Amino acid sequence: MNASLGESAAPVRPEELFASVIADLLTGVRHVAVGMLSPVPGAGALLARQLGEGRMRVSILGSRAQNRWTNGGAELFDLAGRGGVDAFFLSGGQIDGQGNINLVGTGAYPQTEVRWSGCFGSAYLYFVVPRVILFRWEHSRRTLVEQVDFVSAPGRSPSGVYRPGGPIALVTNLCLFDFAKSTGRFQLRSIHPGHTIEEVRDQTGFDFDCGQRIPTTPGPDTSRLALLRGPVAEQIADVYPGFAQKIFGSPGRPLRSAPDLPAPG
Amino acid sequence: MSEVHFLSIDEMAAMVPDAASVTVHKGDEADVPMALAKALIRRGARGLHLITLPTAAYPVSGMMVDLLIGAGCVDSVETSGISLHELGAAPRFTGAVKSGRLKVLDATCPAVYAGLQAGAKGQPFAPLRGLIGSDLMRHRSDYRVIDNPYLPGDRIAVVPAINADVAIFHAPRVDAEGNVWIGRDRDRVLAAHAARRVLVTVERQVPGSFFDDETLTAGVIPAHYFDGVALAPGGSWPMAVDGSVDLDAVRRYQQAAQSDEGFARYLRAEVFAPGTVPYA
Repeated sequence: MNASLGESAAPVRPEELFASVIADLLTGVRHVAVGMLSPVPGAGALLARQLGEGRMRVSILGSRAQNRWTNGGAELFDLAGRGGVDAFFLSGGQIDGQGNINLVGTGAYPQTEVRWSGCFGSAYLYFVVPRVILFRWEHSRRTLVEQVDFVSAPGRSPSGVYRPGGPIALVTNLCLFDFAKSTGRFQLRSIHPGHTIEEVRDQTGFDFDCGQRIPTTPGPDTSRLALLRGPVAEQIADVYPGFAQKIFGSPGRPLRSAPDLPAPG
Repeated sequence: MSEVHFLSIDEMAAMVPDAASVTVHKGDEADVPMALAKALIRRGARGLHLITLPTAAYPVSGMMVDLLIGAGCVDSVETSGISLHELGAAPRFTGAVKSGRLKVLDATCPAVYAGLQAGAKGQPFAPLRGLIGSDLMRHRSDYRVIDNPYLPGDRIAVVPAINADVAIFHAPRVDAEGNVWIGRDRDRVLAAHAARRVLVTVERQVPGSFFDDETLTAGVIPAHYFDGVALAPGGSWPMAVDGSVDLDAVRRYQQAAQSDEGFARYLRAEVFAPGTVPYA
C-alpha cells in the first residue's frame, strides 16, 4: 500500500474543515496574527499563506519560526494599535449574541463558579484589529449564550470610543456565522456537512438572523488537504506539538532548535 | 574567570521579601525561574503579589505560578491569563480563585505592557486604546477613562505605572562582568528597567564581555541592572534553555495538582526532598 495515497484518502477531519473555513475568511489579508491557545486558527492562517503563495505575513505567538518580533511581547500590540495587524482570532468560554466575549469565568465575579485563564489581549485587540474572527469548537447553549457573565471585550462600542476593529465572523463546530456591525447580530452563513439548521437552532443560546436557504460549508479540496497535512502540519507543530500529533500525526515534539549563541572571549 | 559574586539560590530567595510585588514572564522563552520559585516555596515566602508579564499561560510559566499559589506564597496576582497552555487549566490557580483565597486583578496584555513601560520611564500612567466597555474597567478601579487632551470628545483609558519590588527571571548566559544575554526577548529588559530590584538565575557563565561583540549587545542587559545573580543550570526546568519543554513533566504536575494530597506529595518529592536542591 502506498503510504502517501493512504494519507490523502483519509477522511476530512473537522479541524481540517475549520482551518479551511478560516483560510477563506482571511482572503486579502496582509498580516494575520495568531494568539494563545489557537491551534486551528494557526493552521487556517498557515493554509491561507500557502494558498496566497507565501505573500501573507503570519505571526504566531509562541512560535520561534513563525515569528519576526524583536521588541518583546508589546510589539504585536504596538503594531496593532497603528493598524498593522489586519486579522486576529479570539474565542471565549462564553460568546453572546451581541458579540461580547467572556474569557474569565461563569457566575458572579470575582469568585466565579468556573474560572478560565483570563482576558489575554482581547480587551484591546478586539477594538483595533479590523477583522477579528471568533471561534468556538463547542457549539452549545452553555458556550453561545444570550448574555455573557463577564465582558472581557464588547462586540460593539458606542460613538466616541475609538473602534476601528471588531468581530466579522464566528466559526463553530456546527456552522459559520457572519457578524453584522450595523445591527450587532450574528447571521447564519453556512452549516457544516453532516449538521442541520434544527441542530444549530437547538444548540445556540442566542437569537440570530437566518435566510431562507442556508448552504452547506464547502470542505477543503484535495489540494488544500495536501497543504494542511504537509507544510501546515509541520509548521504548526513548532508551537502546538500536541495538536499537530493528534490531527496530522506529526512528531509530538517542538521543532525549535537552540539559538546559535557565539561565546565571546 | 569570574569577578561576579554569585548568590546561592536560597540566598537569592531571601532577597524576595514577604508581601513583595514580583514580575514573572510568559514562558515562551526559557525565562521561567523555576529553581528560584522552588527556593521561595522552601523558605516559606508569604503574601507575594505576582504580576505576570503579561501572562503565565505556557506550560512551564503556568506551572511555576501554579506551584507558588498552591504552596501558599501568593495573596494576589495581576494577570492577563494563567493556564498550562495546551494541557489545560492551572489547577491550583483555578481552585484558589473559586475558594476566594487568591485575589485576581484581571488585566489585558497590552495594559500590563503599558503599565510596565510607564514604570520603566518613571512616568505615572500610560494611555491605552481599547478597554472601554469591558468589565475590566468596572472591576479595576485603578483603570480610568480620561478625555484625550489633544482631541476633545475622544475618550481613552489610562493605566497606572507598574514598578514591581522585584523582577525575577531566568536567562541563558552571564559573562565575566556580570552582563546577562537574553537574546531577542525584550520583555526581560522591560521588567529589569521597571523593577526596584532585579534578580536573575542563569544557565551558565561564559568568559569575556558581551560588549566586545557588537552582534550580541542588543540582546544584553548590563550588569549594573542586577541586584543578584545565581548560577542555576537547568533552572527553568521542565523547559530547557533552547525552549523545548518536557511536557510529560508538566502533565505529571498537572495530574498531581488536581488534589490537595497529590499537590502536597508533589511538593515533598520535587521541592523539599534532598536532591531537589542542586543549586543551593
